[in-house]
Amino acid sequence: MSEQISINKNENLVEITHLKKWFPVQQNFLDQILAGHVDFVRAVDDVSFTIKRGEAFGLAGESGSGKTTIGRLAIGLEKPTAGKVMFDGIDLSSLESEELRKLRRRMQVIFQDPMASLNPRMCLGDSIAHGLKIHYPEKIAEHRDITLSIMEKVGLTPPHFFFTKYPHQISGGQRQRVVIARALITNPDLILADEPIAMADVSVRALLLDLMVQLKNELNLTYLFITHDLATAKYICDRIGILYLGRLAEMGDLREVYGHALHPYTQALMAAVPVPNPHERRTQVMPAGEIPNPINPPSGCRFHPRCPVAQEICSKDEPELRALRPGHWVACHYAEKFL
Amino acid sequence: MMSNDKVLVQVRNLSVNYHTRLGPVSAVNDVSFDIYRGEILGLVGESGCGKSTLGKALMRMIMPPAKISSGAIIFDGEDVMKFDQKRLRDFRGRRISMIFQDPMTSLNPVQRVDEHLIEAIQVHEPKTVLENAQERVRTLIGRLGIQERRLRDYPHQLSGGMRQRVMIGLGLILNADLIIADEATTSLDVIVEAKLVDQLREIREEFGLAILVITHNIALVAEIADRIAVMYAGQIVELGDITNIFDNPLHPYTIGLLSSVPSIKLDDHEELYKMSGEPPNLTHPPSGCRFHPRCPEAMPLCSRFCPNMEEVVPGRWVHCWLYQDHPQKERSTIKVKA
Repeated sequence: MSEQISINKNENLVEITHLKKWFPVQQNFLDQILAGHVDFVRAVDDVSFTIKRGEAFGLAGESGSGKTTIGRLAIGLEKPTAGKVMFDGIDLSSLESEELRKLRRRMQVIFQDPMASLNPRMCLGDSIAHGLKIHYPEKIAEHRDITLSIMEKVGLTPPHFFFTKYPHQISGGQRQRVVIARALITNPDLILADEPIAMADVSVRALLLDLMVQLKNELNLTYLFITHDLATAKYICDRIGILYLGRLAEMGDLREVYGHALHPYTQALMAAVPVPNPHERRTQVMPAGEIPNPINPPSGCRFHPRCPVAQEICSKDEPELRALRPGHWVACHYAEKFL
Repeated sequence: MMSNDKVLVQVRNLSVNYHTRLGPVSAVNDVSFDIYRGEILGLVGESGCGKSTLGKALMRMIMPPAKISSGAIIFDGEDVMKFDQKRLRDFRGRRISMIFQDPMTSLNPVQRVDEHLIEAIQVHEPKTVLENAQERVRTLIGRLGIQERRLRDYPHQLSGGMRQRVMIGLGLILNADLIIADEATTSLDVIVEAKLVDQLREIREEFGLAILVITHNIALVAEIADRIAVMYAGQIVELGDITNIFDNPLHPYTIGLLSSVPSIKLDDHEELYKMSGEPPNLTHPPSGCRFHPRCPEAMPLCSRFCPNMEEVVPGRWVHCWLYQDHPQKERSTIKVKA
């Protein structure tokens, strides 16, 4: 029986193909006429990847690399300029808003700042149960019990005590647990976690990471984990994509990418992350310059002006993402050098 | 130990309280430490542990409702607590300078980069001729890797990393002896952060100034600092040479903290240590040792008496009953080998 179900189900929960999101700089019509043209911020520029059921896929990159925009596109919070997002075989762009709203039960979000994502005037229990009210209004009699059990699951114990508290009365770590509980209450398949633990302190962070891993295994969740912190990603992600200026520079199994980074950008990024060991101080020199303006990205390979191995071709031809090792993709003309 | 162990700053029994509606918050409690000339000292702790308050206190920038309630700050032999407003104004900037997390709020948005720097010179050294000031600014800015044409830019035209370099420049232009970098790299991307770290190291070599790096990022301190001070709930719990502390942490909080830091190395810390509880609210700090409710080694004594900051081996200070005697102590004192 269970075998049959797994055959019927799509192995990939999320399939993203040639996704683009360009934001106009001159947003209103008058500005566009006055400027005589429209500039675009190419936040996401031709990105493709898939997320398997039950997997934690990480998207990492510096600020402005487009990681948050991809996350928002993946759950239909933004409409793509081009390209397609398939969720469990359903094309999100084909859905009417009412259908999309129903599908949202299966995709939930955890944001970075729990204080900003909780209504300060709603008690925690009501905040958590809100999703039930929207998606399961007919089961109102059970709402309280479901809420209490999910609160227990995320470590808000005793749940009765926390149910009537307000966000300002609890600690930062507990607030993030409330947000996690709220995301889980509708029994989703996909969790978009956008920097979920970036605000937590080190001593609290490990507990939250552990909770997320444990919940994923227990409830068979799929994560799209967005982070700028490569060290944290190591503890939760199965696979990871490294973004640079709206494009994937490298993608693959986490241990592959971390163990044998093939893209010069990934290598620089990995070297830049400080290691908590004073005996292993970094000696590598960092690439020149800073992440360029996404309105006019460099021609060819977007990393070429900062790349230590760049040749002439790099400024002309944009490298495609290609598999160089099993489960390991890289977009660099000279990646073979690092094999 | 460091070869250059002349002391620049001595902080003794410093306490800072915030007077709030809910009663006094003891943000810094009886803290003593030294900063040596030319060293990089890392001050680490979680949010709310008082590390920024301590940094500000060194410049006597504590404003009501907070107050330095007791203690002494001796800077280069002079008692900063006795300075009048005029002395303080000269002291800040010329001797000690501070870089904050968000350079955009520290730089004046309607002032060009060079105007910031020239103004600093003119305020502190009013006799300087404008041409000389401009020359000094140009030399320094080149040294910091900012192109000369950027001098006429406004802060919003610069990137985040460049703004932080301008802030560093403001500290260097007057040859300050100590720069306090309070989460100065926190809002930067890793590659930019790494470059700023390189720059801070070079500046220390070249100008021989001391840098106090205040941060929540323990890995960053491992990367840059000579010595490290670990702060918890308003107190420094451990202080010493960076390699000694990372190789052999003594205070249970330091032990827990170091093993809960994520590392990018695949074979490092497969499992992160999960410390129980969360940092306390400092309106009602725990009695005795402030870490005792979360401490895996806590003894009955720890909730009743506060330990001293004791030098267990030369240069290594720990604030913990495990390493010091007390008549009511049930366990034998751990002796640390040098």
